[in-house]
Amino acid sequence: MVSDSGLHATYLGPILERHGYAATSLLQILREAQEHYGYIHPSAISYISVKLGIPRARIEGVAGFYSFLHLRPHGEYRVLFSDNITDRMLGSQPLLEEMCRQLWLQQGKVSEDGLVSINTTSCTGMCDQGPAMLVNGRAITRLTQQRVQEIGQLIRNRTPLSDWPSDFFAVDDNIRRSGPLLGNTLAPGAVLSTALTLGSENIIEEIKQSGLRGRGGAGFPAGLKWEACRNAPGEARHVVCNADEGEPGTFKDRVLLTRQADLVFEGMTLCALAVGAQHGYLYLRGEYRYLLEPLQAALQRRRENKLLGKNILGQPGFDFDIVIHLGAGAYICGEESALIESLEGKRGVPRNRPPFPVTHGYLQQPTALDNVETFCAAALAIHMGAEKYRAIGTPKSSGSKLISVSGDCPRPGIYEYPFGVSVREVLADCGAVNTRAVQVSGPSGVCVAASEFDHRLGFEDLPTAGAFMVFDDSRDLFEVARNFVHFFAHESCGFCTPCRVGTALLKQTMDKIAAGHGTQYDLHEIENLDQVLQTSSHCGLGRTACNPVLHTLRHFRPAYESRLKSLEFKPAFDLDGALARARQMTGRDDAGAHLKTEGA
Amino acid sequence: MSKKLRVATTSLAGCFGCHMSALDIDERLFTLLNLIEFDRSPLTDIKHCGRCYIGLIEGGVCNAENVHVLREFRKNCKILIAIGSCAITGGLPAQRNHLDLGSCLTEVYLTEPGLAHGYIPNDPELPLPLDKVHPLHEVVKIDYFIPGCPPSGDAIWKFVTDLIAGKTPELGHGLIKYD
Repeated sequence: MVSDSGLHATYLGPILERHGYAATSLLQILREAQEHYGYIHPSAISYISVKLGIPRARIEGVAGFYSFLHLRPHGEYRVLFSDNITDRMLGSQPLLEEMCRQLWLQQGKVSEDGLVSINTTSCTGMCDQGPAMLVNGRAITRLTQQRVQEIGQLIRNRTPLSDWPSDFFAVDDNIRRSGPLLGNTLAPGAVLSTALTLGSENIIEEIKQSGLRGRGGAGFPAGLKWEACRNAPGEARHVVCNADEGEPGTFKDRVLLTRQADLVFEGMTLCALAVGAQHGYLYLRGEYRYLLEPLQAALQRRRENKLLGKNILGQPGFDFDIVIHLGAGAYICGEESALIESLEGKRGVPRNRPPFPVTHGYLQQPTALDNVETFCAAALAIHMGAEKYRAIGTPKSSGSKLISVSGDCPRPGIYEYPFGVSVREVLADCGAVNTRAVQVSGPSGVCVAASEFDHRLGFEDLPTAGAFMVFDDSRDLFEVARNFVHFFAHESCGFCTPCRVGTALLKQTMDKIAAGHGTQYDLHEIENLDQVLQTSSHCGLGRTACNPVLHTLRHFRPAYESRLKSLEFKPAFDLDGALARARQMTGRDDAGAHLKTEGA
Repeated sequence: MSKKLRVATTSLAGCFGCHMSALDIDERLFTLLNLIEFDRSPLTDIKHCGRCYIGLIEGGVCNAENVHVLREFRKNCKILIAIGSCAITGGLPAQRNHLDLGSCLTEVYLTEPGLAHGYIPNDPELPLPLDKVHPLHEVVKIDYFIPGCPPSGDAIWKFVTDLIAGKTPELGHGLIKYD
């Protein structure tokens, strides 16, 4: 009989070999190890622990952090319904319930035969073609009752995922409005050729002059970042592309990586030339696992065309290559320092800042970390020249911006606009009518009500990372906010108490109001919690977790007040109902076996 | 001060550990007794709570009687304080929350080895257990929380004397702790 560890050695050996037995690749190793059994076997952990020389606790700590990694069997088929509000609006919840009924199982539990488990996951970035799900990490879009039934049948028959109808996995780009970025026809290498004639210093100068600001939401000037990275002392410099597009309602990076992969890599290579980096990393969110092979192929093509590797375009000493690192279902890894921790194979817990990644990033070395769209825009700015690029958009927000439109509108998808477009214009273009509110930049962004639709997208007015979720007048903004609050509570990394506990309390309070037990007192509590979260959280997740509630309270207070039971304090649950089980067990029904409502 | 402030204390689903910790204020108890007098409390054995300035409650809410006592405190105390982990989160007793109450009762009274002809007690004198253990603030409005398991005597002293002095109580560094 083959020993247990021998069994695991056969598939783990090659994985560890490929990653050079590096502990910094732990997350990648665990991801790949999991593909073998659908979960990470305890003996596999022992084996990895010995081979990498790191303690078991650290491996389990990492595996426990990411929601796509499992330490216990999770079923041969692991079905995760995307649980963004846009999926819910498209009817994901009844579909999930139906699938549970069809397969005879409870949400969150593995079926007794170990075949399947069904649960929800945070937004999978398919909001324009939802409801969506992931099956063993593969994205399936446009779920209908019929499609869900077919999937149930395929699972029952144990049909391998590779034999499922390919149209299940079709992901559309839905580009509705193109601009200089999406409409570019640049040949691979064109920008780099221009850049080589400019030289490192002039590239940075051009980027600074172009006024390009980070597209991930914060809007830090890209030129300044690159310059700081180039000037920071260090042994090696790194370029990291943040493709962990986790903000619910955002899917523009998915489209860029599908349609403009070369431009993304061109932008990264341009950055490497500017800052003097030799190593690049693309941190791809686990939900976009299906993009891995096409992206690898694009990288290989670029290597063959001398656009990556040693002496790029024949320039001696211009060495740069890119590695793709897959995430494993953790929203927090979109935060730059958490992303770097994850890249180093650790739990994605945000670091203390300063020092910033630009001086102490990956492996404590200077790191230029930007969003997918920023790298594309940088390449475009170099191609067009700073002056022409700057002419697009507004004085403080130059260039164009990709907007991911979803929700209540007939034409959801990707829209490229020059910065400065108003909310109203976007709504008109996507055909939205009777719009009650728009959530700009995702749950951590701003809820914009009809009276504010003339505000303009841009850093001087309404900053956005790209999400644009439309809610018409049939939608209840309280339920929207509650969905977002659940999202933050789920995605809190658990490192700091204000956020870990605060987001959970916020969720409980919203649920209490939803269950009809809420009072004015609970609205005050929400405001108190917000104060704590905003002032004492370790990172932006906690600081913004209250935004959905505060913004909807400001504009849609009656949606809350109509649910309140009274203005006085009320218990959070049905007291008499809580005695029902004990009444049943004891057979009692006397007066003492009941709790009356106070004052009644 | 012309009239002493009345203070009531009780333990619901708790272990009296917070009360024991309160006794750690030692000789300061005499100073305290110059300022306050105890109403309902294990220290006085008064059975029902009268009008009070402060009510201190340790322990969570696990049965119908706890609900009645808690309501009595809320009705009579101007300031109601949840003291200790159990009062604030349900604490140790809330460990039963992931079990079905029915199977708990069955196991304890019916199927446990050595129980012949057992039955689940159903005397009306006995309070019925709630299906889950709840923190106090889910049943009545709570004004202040003193965390800790238990909070130290010093923390309780600081909190109560601040209140008596009319200050918003503040537990500084070293006094606030959660274990």
